[in-house]
Amino acid sequence: MRPKLLTGNAAAAWGARLARVDYVPAFPITPQTEIIETLGRWIEGAEMPGRMVTLESEHSMITAAGAAASTGVRVFSATSSQGLLYGMEMIYTVAGWRAPFVLVNVSRGLASPITLEPDHNDVLAARDSGFLQIHCATCQEVLDSVIMAYRIAEDPRVRLPVIVNLDGFYLSFTREPVDIPEPDSVADFLPAYDPESTRFRASSPNSQAVAVLGGAPYSYFRYESHLASLNALGVHTEVAEAFAQQFGRRYEAVEAYRCEDAEIIFLMIGSFATKAKAAVDGLRNAGESVGLARPRLLRPLPTDELARILGGKQAVAVIDQNISMGMGGVLHAELASTLYGKANAPPVLTSFIGGLGGRDISPEEFYEIAAITREAVKSGVTPPPRLLYTEQEYREVQKLQAIAHAERYEVGAE
Amino acid sequence: MAKTPIRRMKDLPSSHLFGSGTPMCAGCGGLESLHQIYEILGPRTVFVNAAGCMTLLAIYPFTPFRGSWLYTAMASAPAGAQGIRDALDILLEQQRMEPAEDLNVVVLTGDGSANGMGLSATSAAMERNLDFLYICYDNEGYGNTGQQFSAATPHGARTATSTGPHGFSGNKKDLFSIWAAHKPAYVATAIGAEPVDLARKIEAAKQLKGPRLIITLAPCPPGWDFDPRDAADIGKLAVKTGIWPLKEYVDGKVVHSKIPHPRLPVEEYLQTQGRFSHLFHPRRDEGLLAEIQDSVDRYWNGITE
Repeated sequence: MRPKLLTGNAAAAWGARLARVDYVPAFPITPQTEIIETLGRWIEGAEMPGRMVTLESEHSMITAAGAAASTGVRVFSATSSQGLLYGMEMIYTVAGWRAPFVLVNVSRGLASPITLEPDHNDVLAARDSGFLQIHCATCQEVLDSVIMAYRIAEDPRVRLPVIVNLDGFYLSFTREPVDIPEPDSVADFLPAYDPESTRFRASSPNSQAVAVLGGAPYSYFRYESHLASLNALGVHTEVAEAFAQQFGRRYEAVEAYRCEDAEIIFLMIGSFATKAKAAVDGLRNAGESVGLARPRLLRPLPTDELARILGGKQAVAVIDQNISMGMGGVLHAELASTLYGKANAPPVLTSFIGGLGGRDISPEEFYEIAAITREAVKSGVTPPPRLLYTEQEYREVQKLQAIAHAERYEVGAE
Repeated sequence: MAKTPIRRMKDLPSSHLFGSGTPMCAGCGGLESLHQIYEILGPRTVFVNAAGCMTLLAIYPFTPFRGSWLYTAMASAPAGAQGIRDALDILLEQQRMEPAEDLNVVVLTGDGSANGMGLSATSAAMERNLDFLYICYDNEGYGNTGQQFSAATPHGARTATSTGPHGFSGNKKDLFSIWAAHKPAYVATAIGAEPVDLARKIEAAKQLKGPRLIITLAPCPPGWDFDPRDAADIGKLAVKTGIWPLKEYVDGKVVHSKIPHPRLPVEEYLQTQGRFSHLFHPRRDEGLLAEIQDSVDRYWNGITE
C-alpha cells in the first residue's frame, strides 16, 4: 500500500481505528480535537464500529474510560495539556484500577501563561501515575505506537493504561507520509481484548477499586503496579519484535542514532529529536562524533538500555522540553539517577532547557550545545543548566513589555 | 407496573441481602435506607461510588454487597456509571455478553458530592439520558470528614465549620428541583424511616429507563448529635414536621407522596438534635426558630398534591 499523507492527529485516529476500539469517551481540546473529530466522523459514517460519547470534562472522560475498560471493552481516548491536568486525579486513579486502555496526549505547554503550543510539562505531570508513556517523533510512529500500546497494556503481565504522546502542532498538524497497515494484518498482531476477570458481569460479582486500611495493603498494591510497569520493559521488547515481524518497522525502547562511536550524545524525547538528528548529521559532517539517544519509552524508563547506550561516552547533553520549577529539566534528573554509580557512566551530564511553549530549537543551538558540552569534557567542569534563548527573543519580549508599560501609562494606571 | 405493588410493611422484601458488619456508625440513616434499597434492587447491580462515608463499605477484602462495586472519586461517579453502562451496552449489542449478565448501574454518593463537585457530572449524565439510578444519602454535611457544612446543610445548623451562635448562615440547596429541571425519567425524595414509601419509589425507579435520581435524608447520629437509637424517630419527625417533603417528579410533574397533616411544629424535629441546641439553649432564639418555621410553611403553602 502506498503511504498516505497524514497529520499526527489523523495517524493517532487511524491507530485507534485499526486497533478496533469499542469505546471512545471524548472531550475536545486544542491541539487534540482533530483526533476525536476524525473518529466521530468514522463512527457516525459507519466506517468503523464503536461508540463515542462526549463527556463534560476530562475528569469525567478518564473516569468513563477507566470504568469501561474495567467492564471489559477496548477503550481509546485523547487529550492535551490543561485537559490532562484537569483529569489528573483520574489518571492516577484508573491506573490503580489496572484498567488497560490507550490515551493519546498531544503535548501542549501548561498555564500560566496559557498557550496552545507544545512542550512536555503536561505529559510529565503524569509521569508517576502508573500510566506507561510512549513518546513519538514521527506520524508513522504515532500510528504504530497506538497499536503496539494496546498489546502492551492488555498483556496480563502489565494491565496498565498507556499514554502515547505526540507534540502539538509539530506533529499533530504536520502531514507526513504514513503507511497505514492492513486491518487483517493488525488483527493478526493485536487479537481481541480478553479482560479475564477485569469486568462486571451479573454472574461474577466483582468489587474494583475498593479502599484499603493501613500502609501494608496500600504499599502492596502500589508496588504491584510498579512491578507491572517494569514488566512492560520486557513486554515492549517482545511486542516490538512481533511488530517488526508483521510490519517491517522496528521500534526500540530507546532509539540510538549514530551512538556507537559517538563521544557526545544528545538526549531528548519527542518530535524535536528529529531536529537533533539533523544536527547530529551536520556535526558528523564537520567531523564531530556526536549521536542522539531518544527514549521512546519513558515509563517504564529503560534504565539498562540507557546505561548500555550511554556507557563509556565522554558526555551526555540532555535537552529538556520542560521545566521543573526550582530544579530544572526533568529528564536531566532522571538520567542522572539512571547513570549515577554505574561503571562507565559518562563523567559529564549537561542540561539545556529548550522548546518551551513551541519555541523552536535551531541547528546552531544544537551545535552550541555540542560545543559547550565538549568544553565541559575538556575542563572537567559541568556548566549550570541553561535556557536556550536568543538575544533577539529577549529584545522581542522587551518590546512587548514596553508596549504594556506605555498602554498602562496611557490609561492613567501609572 | 411493579410485580408486587408495595402498599404496607408486610409487602416489603426481607431477604437481608445487604451484609452486616460494615464500619458505618450506629444509627446511620444512610445505611438504613441503603439496606432497604438493596432489598429491592437485588444483586444484579453495580454500585458506582463517590468519596464519602459509604466509600468505607468496601474495604479490601470485604464488601457487604452480593453484587459489584466500583469506587471512582468524589466528582465523577456518574461518569463511571456512563463508562460501565456504555460498555455493557456495547457488549450486548455485539452479542459478546448474554443479556442475563446485564447489570443495573447505580451511583451512590453523599450530599457533598451530589450538591457540589459531582453536580456537573450528574447534570451531564442526565443530559445524555444515561440509563442509571442515582442514590444520594443526604446527611446534610461532609459527614465522613467530621460534618463540616455542605451545600445541603440546613439553615441554622451547627456544623464543624459553622460553630457560631446562629449556626449555618446559608440555606439548603434545592437539589431535587435542580435535578428535576433536567427533566430526567424520575426524581424522588425519600427516607429510611418511611420504608414503604422508600420501597415504592425504588420499585418505581427500577421499572423506568433513563436517569432516575433519589435523595434519601440520612439522619446522622455523630454529625447531627443525637443518640443512635433515636434515628428512626428523628427521620419520622423530619417528615411529620414537613422539613423533609416526600415527593416524586415523574412525567414532568411533582407529586407529594405524603402531605403531613396535621403538620407538627418544626421545633419538635429541631430539638431532637444537638446541632440545633443553640436555638433552645441557653435561651430560645425566637427569631431563627420563626425563620425556619416560616420557610417550611412557605414551602407547603398551596401544596395540595
